[in-house]
Amino acid sequence: MADEVILLDFWPSMFGMRTRIALEEKNVIFDYREQDLWNKSPILLEMNLVHKKIPVLIHNGKPVCESLIQMEYIDEVWPSKTPLLPSDPYQRAHAKFWGDFIDKKVYGSARLIWGAKGEEHEAGKKEFIEIHKTLESELGDKTYFGGETFGYVDIALIGFYSWFEAYEKFGNFSIEVECPKLIAWTKRCVKRESVAKSLPDSEKITKFVPELKEKLGIK
Amino acid sequence: MAERSESEEVKLLGMWASPFSRRIEIALTLKGVSYEFSEEDITNKSSLLLQLNPVYKMIPVLVHNGKPISESLVILEYIDETWRDNPILPQDPYEKAMARFWAKFVDEQIYVTAMKVVGKIGEERDAVVEATRDLLMFLEKELVGKDFFGGRSLGFVDIVATLVAFWLMRTEEIVGVKVVPVDKFPEIHRWVKNLLGNDVIKKCIPPEDEHLQYIRARMEKLNVKSA
Repeated sequence: MADEVILLDFWPSMFGMRTRIALEEKNVIFDYREQDLWNKSPILLEMNLVHKKIPVLIHNGKPVCESLIQMEYIDEVWPSKTPLLPSDPYQRAHAKFWGDFIDKKVYGSARLIWGAKGEEHEAGKKEFIEIHKTLESELGDKTYFGGETFGYVDIALIGFYSWFEAYEKFGNFSIEVECPKLIAWTKRCVKRESVAKSLPDSEKITKFVPELKEKLGIK
Repeated sequence: MAERSESEEVKLLGMWASPFSRRIEIALTLKGVSYEFSEEDITNKSSLLLQLNPVYKMIPVLVHNGKPISESLVILEYIDETWRDNPILPQDPYEKAMARFWAKFVDEQIYVTAMKVVGKIGEERDAVVEATRDLLMFLEKELVGKDFFGGRSLGFVDIVATLVAFWLMRTEEIVGVKVVPVDKFPEIHRWVKNLLGNDVIKKCIPPEDEHLQYIRARMEKLNVKSA
């Protein structure tokens, strides 16, 4: 029986990008379905009853929600190609810890950079830089977060790279100046076909931000 | 005295009243893993804790053969992968994804929302109670036809959701708000009874009287009116 894989997604979502990259890494053919988040489709509402959010991975009719959970699922269902997580339990735990850190910290601070003003904006920017310095220190001199192979933590973070230009513009700072090693890492990642295919143009994101603010009712 | 081989040195830095710490104890006990428990004073964190969890500086931290693991859900998965007896997570990838989803839901949605009940009064409190109940309804539906979230036996979600059974529901008594009334949540109440019938659970949850005293004291410190 041929696998039916559908991804309900929204093009600028750094979370959706993770799932796109994971599927591409595994050479899984999938049906990408762009969602209008301000006019949610019946399939989205049905497949993610709890959160009504993208991305939703639908495999043979069954939905998997939450991008990090989707990555683990993809790794387990298509294990033969390019493992996303290491096999050693301690290294896996280490990777999951950092994936969770990225989930907890990056989006919140980033959002204050383009979505807030004054003190809140400054606080967001400061936190964003701190978080990325922590990540840079975790990366160290490794090629990728997992070492020599591209994997889970890289995929968890790289989607945000497509938003970096926007953050720099709205935050009036240079991420490269603050975290040069991390920027070097992003350049290595975007050379991979799976990443190049899955990330939108930074310019497109930067142009989209004012529209997004309007939709969210942020001045 | 049983000899502990070097290859099985397991230590848990935790706190007796923390649901995140207790869930690790449940998992280790379920698997028959011997461990050394080190009680942390969270108002005066040890240098060991700060060294082993520099990112968050929080318990629980599991240390296995000198290597630390933090974040309770990450620790639980590590335990399941390292000690294979009595599996906590399902084998099937889809079922596993669902278990991870519900565990995340308990920690990121239910816990965060329910915490807001504390310290609120009147209409504001009613709104938060309503929001918490809406979230709990998803768990209620998940339990239909099952003894546990894990099916016939305790699993990952049950261990994580002890937060609801023995923290949220115990706090109800003190704060004086029935967030989880039995008429609205019969399945959850039935599930709590099932949990209390399990020896490992009974052994690993905080003793009720002391726990209620602790919660009461905390509420008083936060200047919250109790029932």
